[in-house]
Amino acid sequence: MSETAPTDPSADSVRREVREWLEANWDPNEDLVAWRNLLADSGWGMPVWPQQWHGRDLPQALAPVVEEEFARLGAVGVAKTGIRLLAAATLLEHGSDAHKARFLRRILTGEDTWCQLFSEPGSGSDLAGATTRADRHGDHFLVNGQKVWTTSAHHADYGLLLARTDWDVPKHQGLTYFVLDMHQEGVDVRPLKQMNGHASFNQVFFTDAVVPAENLVSAVGNGWQVAITTLMHERRGADGLRGVQRERDLPGRIYEQEREEIAVALEPYKWYPQRAGRVDLVLERAQATGRNTDPATRQEIAKLLTMARSAEWTARRARAAQQQGRPQGPEGSLGKLASSNIARQASHVHTLIAGANAMLAGEDGDLNGLIAEILISVPATSIAGGTDEIQRNIIAERVLGLPKEPRMDTGPFRDVKRN
Amino acid sequence: MHFAFTPEQEQFRDAVRRFLRDRSPPAEVRRLMDDERGHDPGVWRQMCQELGLGALHVPEDRGGQGFSVTELGIAFEEMGRALLCAPYLSSVLATTVVAEACAQEEAEQIVSRIAAGEQLAALALTEANGRWDAGGVELIADGGRLRGSKTHVIDGHAADLLIVAARASGSTGEEGLSLHVVAADAPGITRRCLTALDPTRKLAGIDFANVEARCISSDAAPALRRTLDIACVAVACELAGVAEALLESAVDYAKLRMQFGRAVGSFQAIKHKCADLLLEVELAKSAARYAAEAATVSDADLPALASLAKAAAADAAMRAARDCIQIHGGIGFTWDNDTHLWFKRAKSAEVLFGTPAWHRERLMRCSEV
Ligand SMILES: Cc1cc2nc3c(=O)[nH]c(=O)nc-3n(C[C@H](O)[C@H](O)[C@H](O)COP(=O)(O)OP(=O)(O)OC[C@H]3O[C@@H](n4cnc5c(N)ncnc54)[C@H](O)[C@@H]3O)c2cc1C
Repeated sequence: MSETAPTDPSADSVRREVREWLEANWDPNEDLVAWRNLLADSGWGMPVWPQQWHGRDLPQALAPVVEEEFARLGAVGVAKTGIRLLAAATLLEHGSDAHKARFLRRILTGEDTWCQLFSEPGSGSDLAGATTRADRHGDHFLVNGQKVWTTSAHHADYGLLLARTDWDVPKHQGLTYFVLDMHQEGVDVRPLKQMNGHASFNQVFFTDAVVPAENLVSAVGNGWQVAITTLMHERRGADGLRGVQRERDLPGRIYEQEREEIAVALEPYKWYPQRAGRVDLVLERAQATGRNTDPATRQEIAKLLTMARSAEWTARRARAAQQQGRPQGPEGSLGKLASSNIARQASHVHTLIAGANAMLAGEDGDLNGLIAEILISVPATSIAGGTDEIQRNIIAERVLGLPKEPRMDTGPFRDVKRN
Repeated sequence: MHFAFTPEQEQFRDAVRRFLRDRSPPAEVRRLMDDERGHDPGVWRQMCQELGLGALHVPEDRGGQGFSVTELGIAFEEMGRALLCAPYLSSVLATTVVAEACAQEEAEQIVSRIAAGEQLAALALTEANGRWDAGGVELIADGGRLRGSKTHVIDGHAADLLIVAARASGSTGEEGLSLHVVAADAPGITRRCLTALDPTRKLAGIDFANVEARCISSDAAPALRRTLDIACVAVACELAGVAEALLESAVDYAKLRMQFGRAVGSFQAIKHKCADLLLEVELAKSAARYAAEAATVSDADLPALASLAKAAAADAAMRAARDCIQIHGGIGFTWDNDTHLWFKRAKSAEVLFGTPAWHRERLMRCSEV
């Protein structure tokens, strides 16, 4: 509970307050950025944030009350797409006041877009093995190296950069976290095309990219701790897709601007539902093609539905425990692995249902190519956001308490074997 | 039955492998993927004229090279490994069905031109119902004229000659089935290249609007059955090759790729995946080779064996494709990495000539006498 809140607010008083404020201020013909500046000033855009930084110190439990009132009027909220809220959460926890003053407002107004510069060609599962280097030169650092899988880098203003500043200490201790200005000569962004034909990600190359020392977050050598904060917030949302704003088909200038923003932000994620397997289409497709009369196909569909529904109930159990303030049991760690199994089985079932048409794609493919897109997107599910093998290690070691693998990378990073 | 290849057969494999290493490297596969014709005519002519691969398994008196399905299987394994883009499977379908259905002289005439690489031929069998068995044919032949539509015709857009499965109006099942040949540019034929999930194997949709065609068989069911069995064996061998190439690529990468200060192949999770995969690939290879031998010696169990091999190889190849991407991690999901080329071939060939589930059902039907 925050110290600045004078009294413990109740749901009713919060509801009354936000309603009055919205009724006095909300105008669908307002300019989007102007409106969001108002939200940042009032604290109603991010009410659980500190009062000092565009919030109202409301407890998390009351956030839904505010959201309901926004929804009731159709009032547009602060910008939430992409990874900007990960940036904000990280800066709120580890940034200096100067960072907060400089970056938070424009995150909320949507004027600045952010990207996350963590994964590298040489360090994926082993994120702390990053080899992009940042070397100090007086009042700034020079960055050299390469990042990969960076969503939105091509239109990002700032990047959250994890870079190596010390090669003589163990790997976790030699990393430092920076805010990098993406608009500079030393930063080269190139699209990364995936096997399904989409190019949702980028590779980012640094050649003497400049980071002023004041953009260092926390302390030199403390980058891994800061990165963990970012990653923890990332795990709470599905990777990349957190805080998706719903498009609203309402008249008014502000909605038009919001629709444009959403279209740009969601473009890279168009195929994300397909990579999860589109279980929702299965029964309908089986009926439409008549495959629902084939006993072998029926069995596979039933297996899929069993997996998908049990996984949903497992996630509900985890959420219910959380809501009751009880610690999550093992059920909370299994969702990612379950979703890989579901996606794979769904792809198998879609193949059985499509039969010969599984050979076709694009306009010639079933559902205008959607089924083909499922078949060639599903392999991402067991890799993105931590591979199945890494998930199994985590479950085995942290949930089941099995002994850890002996480590071969504990010495100075300089001596650790890498590609 | 032979469980080992002869020295001549091993030499033949080496020759094909060397040729494909030279002529079908991944860069070439990528180039031809984007080419609408889908193959390099020069390479195809060389395959036919220098390597004698065209109509390899068709008897010499019917215009072929007089080798057996065992040699054909070797060629397909190698083509799967190299992901060759060539009208090979379509030629096998066309020459097999012609050799089986026609009188000797006519067969020799048609097959020899295909075998020489002078003419590309495609078998137009499957229709909108997606069936690969002769009984699924609905296109009507009426007084020497064809009316109806075919789809999923392998290399149908590039073919010079179409061999069309049709039925007499009013007939059903395996009765009344006929085969017709017609020049692909004959009046009344409209062809369209379809967008394929596997761009290394081109598919066409073909409409026949009252097309005059020459009937080469009016009792086509047995020839179609035998052709499909051989085609399943060929694709089983191809998928065994695909699976093997994927396994090798996965193992190579697991040895090379370092994470956490060690090769990822040193993690048991990856090691066991590779070992399981090897088991499945070798089983599929054995099944495919046994089925090829069965075709060579005209074993009466060929239909069951072809289905067994096709289902096993399709499952092995898909597993290899999935695991190979998984073992590569993120890079395995990118366009520039070659794994997806084999993945798409495996996925598409999984349903070509029937899904594994369909073939397992057929295996059971053949087995329960
Ligand atoms: C579609 C997609 C979206 C992505 N989005 C993002 C993103 O938004 N942001 C981002 O930063 N990254 C993103 N990534 C990258 C992703 O996080 C990495 O690809 C993933 O963590 C695996 O790392 P890697 O690719 O380097 O594979 P590697 O770590 O090299 O793994 C190779 C293989 O080794 C196995 N392996 C590695 N370590 C172990 C171990 N200790 N025990 C057992 N097996 C092991 C892996 O499971 C895998 O099978 C994305 C990837 C994909 C495919």
